[in-house]
Amino acid sequence: MALDLETRDQLLSTIRRFVEERLIPLEAQVSENDEVPAEIVQEMRELGLFGISIPVEYGGLGLTMEEECLVLFELGRTSPAFRSVIGTNVGIGSQGIVMDGRQDQKDEWLPKLATGEAIASFALTEPEAGSDAASLRTTAIRDGDDYIINGTKRFITNATKASMFTLMARTDPDTPGGKGVSAFICPADIPGITIGKPEKKMGQQGAHISDVIFEDARIPASCLLGDVEGKGFITAMKVLERGRLHISAVCAGVADRLLEESGRYAAERKQFGAPIGNLQLVQAMLADMKTEHYAARCMVLDAARRRDAGEDVATESSCCKYFASEMVGRVADKAVQIFGGAGYVADYGIERFYRDVRIFRIYEGTSQVQQVIIGRNVVKEYAE
Amino acid sequence: MKVLVPVKRVIDYNVKVRVKADQSGVELANVKMSMNPFDEISVEEAIRLKEAGTATEIVVVTVGPQQAQETLRTALAMGADRGIHVKTDAEVEPLAVAKILKAVAGEESPELIIVGKQAIDDDSNQTGQMLSALLGWPQGTFASKVEKDGDKLNVTREIDGGLQTIKLNLPAVVTSDLRLNEPRYASLPNIMKAKKKPIDAKTPEDYSVDLTPRLQVQKVTEPAERQAGIKVETAAELVAKLKEAGVIG
Ligand SMILES: Cc1cc2nc3c(=O)[nH]c(=O)nc-3n(C[C@H](O)[C@H](O)[C@H](O)COP(=O)(O)OP(=O)(O)OC[C@H]3O[C@@H](n4cnc5c(N)ncnc54)[C@H](O)[C@@H]3O)c2cc1C
Repeated sequence: MALDLETRDQLLSTIRRFVEERLIPLEAQVSENDEVPAEIVQEMRELGLFGISIPVEYGGLGLTMEEECLVLFELGRTSPAFRSVIGTNVGIGSQGIVMDGRQDQKDEWLPKLATGEAIASFALTEPEAGSDAASLRTTAIRDGDDYIINGTKRFITNATKASMFTLMARTDPDTPGGKGVSAFICPADIPGITIGKPEKKMGQQGAHISDVIFEDARIPASCLLGDVEGKGFITAMKVLERGRLHISAVCAGVADRLLEESGRYAAERKQFGAPIGNLQLVQAMLADMKTEHYAARCMVLDAARRRDAGEDVATESSCCKYFASEMVGRVADKAVQIFGGAGYVADYGIERFYRDVRIFRIYEGTSQVQQVIIGRNVVKEYAE
Repeated sequence: MKVLVPVKRVIDYNVKVRVKADQSGVELANVKMSMNPFDEISVEEAIRLKEAGTATEIVVVTVGPQQAQETLRTALAMGADRGIHVKTDAEVEPLAVAKILKAVAGEESPELIIVGKQAIDDDSNQTGQMLSALLGWPQGTFASKVEKDGDKLNVTREIDGGLQTIKLNLPAVVTSDLRLNEPRYASLPNIMKAKKKPIDAKTPEDYSVDLTPRLQVQKVTEPAERQAGIKVETAAELVAKLKEAGVIG
């Protein structure tokens, strides 16, 4: 149920304040140490951030998609590494259970995910299966009352902290493509699972990805998500479709921050005897940043509202992810330009954002994958 | 022990205030408003007393316009139990607020009232002291520590050059200083639950308090603009410059 406006405003202003007072001052430190401090994670728990998307009956806030996007506009105004702490519990790690889980699976996991006591990860990508996720090779073979899992998952966010994986694996090796794939709620602390070393990344230090290797890992058959095999790929695609709006909102949030930083800098920095903000060529960059940010924000809110109203927004979600992630790349590039040399040196943090936002065009479906989805759907819509 | 905490809606402390062109006050239109930071500290202290099992109920009260209800909701979201909104659109001066609070205290019979030492809008620093005088209760102002000690209250006060600890009989009025505690963020679930906590709607007339102003604001002006600084080469030059400026003798 949607919140009344007063409560919603209080919620958002609390998050804005938390971001300004607690997170922004730590941005450089988190990047330097490649770690979000434990006390910040604890504060995020106490604040209730892990549970924003989880239904109220399981201890979450049960926000609508529109409300979730508004929250992420705020949380996006700082290093995306902070968002990543809650990202998988709010999005791709938990939503499979919310959408397609059995009652006993919801009862077991959702309350713990809502508080952040348990961390969920989403394990789809493999060394040989990226954009073509349906070709995944990890197998889950039924053996009596168990499944035995073998294979390697790659680039899995929060794997090092995960209590469980929403895992996509092939239950029917004779059926190629998505139809042979099932989803599992796989506990992380069982024999046969090895978590790889965190990868060194271009940006978002403090957020970690690693391989998850399954070697004859045995899980009870009850870990199958839902009741029947062969539905896992559909679940994964539904989860990612929803996640696209979430990521788009983060992109808009970061762009908002970069716009503010750039606007302030342009007003202060003097060259040729006056603030550079007086120069029309600098204003042109700010105008492009503002316009594109505004467009992305409007797109995200429109798609989120329509999703809340029950509309199918598969195409629109891809439009949002495609535009917002490319937009924030352009905005970050212009921010570096407006800051000049200061944009390139680390002290100002602008180059850090420039690196941080690069991933948004790659994960949860690359820009090309979004184009493929949008294009295909448009053709389908107008073909007789 | 029941604790009463008055809270005030003021311009958010992050806002750069602007003086109205006619110098009659500061711009309030479209300005972000929040709970007075010292009141947040008071609410936090009451919650800590409750968490420690010392306080049993926390009642928050505000005097102000319709929107002041949001401030009560913030306090309820932090952990207060119920609110009282004394609704008025009039300017209320510290004495009028103190009189209303006295009447509220008469109805609620709290054992402790925690008042912010001042509100960051007018910086009066009067309400707590006036309230204590009107009630005839002991007061512990500028508190940096509050501890229940049997049927008494130990209050550590921030005074010039140090700290002073006094023992008060209850009921008492305490005014909170900056270092009393660090207020928590209201959690998101609690913000949602706060909507269901009760708020009593009252008016100054309910308490027969006359709000007629006794003070008149003559003029409000911007602080003087900071002058550009200069760089000096040596300590000796610095001392000379400071003497020149009459800053040191
Ligand atoms: C920081 C980070 C976090 C991640 N987190 C997770 C996670 O939590 N869980 C998870 O499962 N995965 C995760 N991933 C993996 C991520 O989703 C994949 O990297 C992404 O889907 C792209 O797959 P790939 O890397 O194999 O690239 P590829 O699929 O090999 O793509 C390479 C290039 O080819 C293009 N391309 C591919 N197919 C097409 C096509 N049909 N048409 C046009 N162009 C095409 C792509 O757009 C891209 O430009 C994460 C990755 C990173 C870097």
